[in-house]
Amino acid sequence: MAEIILKALAHTYSANPKSPEDYAIRQMEHIWHQGGAYALLGPSGCGKSTLLNIISGLLEPSEGDVLFDGQRVNELPPEERNIAQVFQFPVIYDTMTVFDNLAFPLRNINIPGHRITPKVEEVAEILELTPLLKRKAKGLTADEKQKVSMGRGLVRDDVSAILFDEPLTVIDPQLKWKLRRKLKEIHQRFNITMIYVTHDQLEAATFADKIAVMYEGQVVQFGTPQELFETPAHTFVGYFIGSPGMNILDVRHHAGEVIFADTPLPVPQAFIDAVANANSSNIKIGIRPEFVTVHASKREGALPARKRQVQDLGTYSIVTFELGGETFKARLPEGHPEFADDIYLTFDHDQLGLFVDEYRVEVTA
Amino acid sequence: MSYQLENTQQGEKYNTIFSKVPAAERRKRHSRSRLRKRLLLGTYIVLLILPLYWLLNMSLQTNSEILGSMTLWPQNLTFDNYIGIFTNPSWYMGYVNSIMYVVMNMIITMLVALPAAYAFSRYKFIGDKHLFFWLLTNLMAPPAVFLLPYFQLYYSVGLFDTHIAVALAHCLFNIPLAIWILEGFMSSVPKEIDETAYIDGYSFPKFFIKIFIPMISSGIGVVLFFLFMFSWVELLLARTLTSTNAQPIGMIMTRTSTASGIDWGTLAAAGMLTIVPGILVVYFVRNHIAKGFALGRT
Amino acid sequence: MNNKVYNNRAWLLVLPMLVLVAFSAIIPLMTVVNYSVQDVLGPNASFFTGTEWFRTMLNDSELQAAFGRQILFSLIILAIQIPLGIGIALIMPKQGWQASAVLILITLPLLIPWNVVGSIWQIFTRGDIGLMGWGLRELGINYNITRNAGDAWATIILMDVWHWTPLVAMLCYSGLRSIPEAYYQAARIDRASKWAVFRYIQLPKLTNVLVIAVLLRFMHSFMIYAEPFVLTGGGPGSSTTFLTQSLATMAIGQQDLGPSAAFSIIYFLVILLVSWVFYTTIMHLQKDKNSQGGV
Repeated sequence: MAEIILKALAHTYSANPKSPEDYAIRQMEHIWHQGGAYALLGPSGCGKSTLLNIISGLLEPSEGDVLFDGQRVNELPPEERNIAQVFQFPVIYDTMTVFDNLAFPLRNINIPGHRITPKVEEVAEILELTPLLKRKAKGLTADEKQKVSMGRGLVRDDVSAILFDEPLTVIDPQLKWKLRRKLKEIHQRFNITMIYVTHDQLEAATFADKIAVMYEGQVVQFGTPQELFETPAHTFVGYFIGSPGMNILDVRHHAGEVIFADTPLPVPQAFIDAVANANSSNIKIGIRPEFVTVHASKREGALPARKRQVQDLGTYSIVTFELGGETFKARLPEGHPEFADDIYLTFDHDQLGLFVDEYRVEVTA
Repeated sequence: MSYQLENTQQGEKYNTIFSKVPAAERRKRHSRSRLRKRLLLGTYIVLLILPLYWLLNMSLQTNSEILGSMTLWPQNLTFDNYIGIFTNPSWYMGYVNSIMYVVMNMIITMLVALPAAYAFSRYKFIGDKHLFFWLLTNLMAPPAVFLLPYFQLYYSVGLFDTHIAVALAHCLFNIPLAIWILEGFMSSVPKEIDETAYIDGYSFPKFFIKIFIPMISSGIGVVLFFLFMFSWVELLLARTLTSTNAQPIGMIMTRTSTASGIDWGTLAAAGMLTIVPGILVVYFVRNHIAKGFALGRT
Repeated sequence: MNNKVYNNRAWLLVLPMLVLVAFSAIIPLMTVVNYSVQDVLGPNASFFTGTEWFRTMLNDSELQAAFGRQILFSLIILAIQIPLGIGIALIMPKQGWQASAVLILITLPLLIPWNVVGSIWQIFTRGDIGLMGWGLRELGINYNITRNAGDAWATIILMDVWHWTPLVAMLCYSGLRSIPEAYYQAARIDRASKWAVFRYIQLPKLTNVLVIAVLLRFMHSFMIYAEPFVLTGGGPGSSTTFLTQSLATMAIGQQDLGPSAAFSIIYFLVILLVSWVFYTTIMHLQKDKNSQGGV
């Protein structure tokens, strides 16, 4: 359990970086508190694996500091940071039994045998590997192997953090949830800092207390799944989280109204003022499909749009509509009326988000 | 490195950092081990090159300089030995002959081995395991065993002293080798690819040439390398089956060394020239062989 | 690849190969077998002699000596070349232009015609014109491969190590390259020592290639001919005469068809036996890997 601080951290793979694009990780500050379960969520190529490797010590950052409990560890390799890491595919020692696999890290630091056995048995029990202890590691299934990989990280008492790099990639879907629950169990029991890298928001949400969303080398938001959903700090978070993602509209101010593609939007006055005062041409308004209400007939303050498609998904429906030449979605609970091609939309004013230069701006009513 | 285990499950604070070695020291140790590795490898390579360097050295000297006092590099650099070889048909024809039968062998072997390897890789058929093993035994057959029968056989069909004879004779060990390596590579291409191609309407030949072969290109590179190598270096059979027309360079060289006054300079130059084709082949397939030397069976 | 389709038409694909190999292997082999059981006195006069030639050959003391020398030779070079090859593979660079350069340099000895290899070493070890021969002499060592059997053996072994270790090195290098980086990373995190990394990660992955290496090296060493022949001619005396040379002398030089044919068969069978053992090992390892979907 360690508090990990990233200070002014940046990393580039090229020798002479010239622009922000050359950086895999752009300058960031971050604190991972002791004992937390965190997820690092983002699309491929956003830098999350790079960040993980910097934290674990497999990669030395080109700029900035990594601090463990206040001590600078940039140059310390992973074996000296008391880190355990679980990789995308199971990494086990084929020629050894499961027991020997789990005992391996302890044997390497000369812990006496009588102390190793109870520890290995304890970890095996937690991971439900006890019946396999005597088996050769070679013949196991993928999820059993991955559990052994995790076990090797847990068996060390001194482990300060466990880092997971998309560990469920090779696991069968029906076993994924089992392992996820197992990880949560382990976290609650051992209270170790855990950082879990994934591109799957569901995995992140079920595992982590707090999620760091990464986009283009930056942590654009760090918050609970609830916070990410309700108050996304960046348009990317809005777009990435939720199923389907947030609707984002490019807007501008004109003649006392907020205009999207030549249509005025029904938004509160506070918003119109905020848009007018914004010092940029990159202004966006976001509204989640859940908070778009679709009406079959015209009414006061409703925006006309063209319905494209309605998908009935059981307990809810997705309405795909066209507005100003772009497609958006609305999510309605079941039991909604039939819609003609012309529909009318209202937005839940409390759930509107204003984004200037991609970042959220608070609008005080 | 011992380590005092403390009871840390209850959230007590403990030492996060394991290392007792300062960073600078660790870096020094690391670069010292790198240096040691480089030195060992360098020594090995130097020892490897030494006999070849010596050959090069001799090839650039005149016979009198060679037989005179020991000189570590040519005092009077001369290309005469090489020129002699290039202008004397009885010398350079040896190279031409060797290259001819090696290339023939490579082509024949590939044409025959590709379909056969595909069959072994994709299908089960009567006697397939036995056939495969029997093939491998040919790989292990000592050419010496076949000297006399080959001699008689090729003589009787009128192929004695032809390039094709040597090319065919080398098939004895090259075909099994090619099939063995290719089968390994082909087996790592999923069968689904074949099936998809058929569904897409490809005929078998078209699928094989346009889709399959590009997928195993590194395997083919490895095979060509081995085919070239084993055919180029084999002397016993090549010598037995030829006399004047298709004489390989190896035979011409041994002829020279049985003559009374050994022409060391020319011999050395001829030797150097036998290495050149090999270097070219390695250079062209260098990216493939590092991966593929394990014969597709890692 | 456990999902092979049963299809006897695959024989069509195999046919061209079969024809060629039949031509280059079966027919000649049949001839040899034919000769091995006959005594050919003249073009039309031959007696069936059964196993007589085989018995003569097996009892021939010279051949037994050559056989003994051959075994000793093969074992010695295996003992040297396998560890050396592994060691070199471990220190070869893994990427960059250095990797290609080292690769090309290392493969050089493999591409030289075998008689040229013999010639190179013949020159190299001469006292008058060879660097090594001259160098040893300057150091005061009494080195003479034409008179001293020990020197001759040492030189042949050195030559073979120089010639063929690169093959073992290349095979092992290839095997090492197939190990994903994550294994090394995990080992670092587990604080494994260098020896543990070698023993538990590298060596197991090398087993497949090592069996191939041992098979190839054993086979080839058992058939060695041109290199020692050019270097020492089999001497001094017959101290460096190995099996193929004995056979070649008999077959071509003395034209004793019967005995040489019988000897050929025995020779072939010995190699076959050892190779069969290796083959089953390779197939067994292959099956093992396929059944657990290898990683």
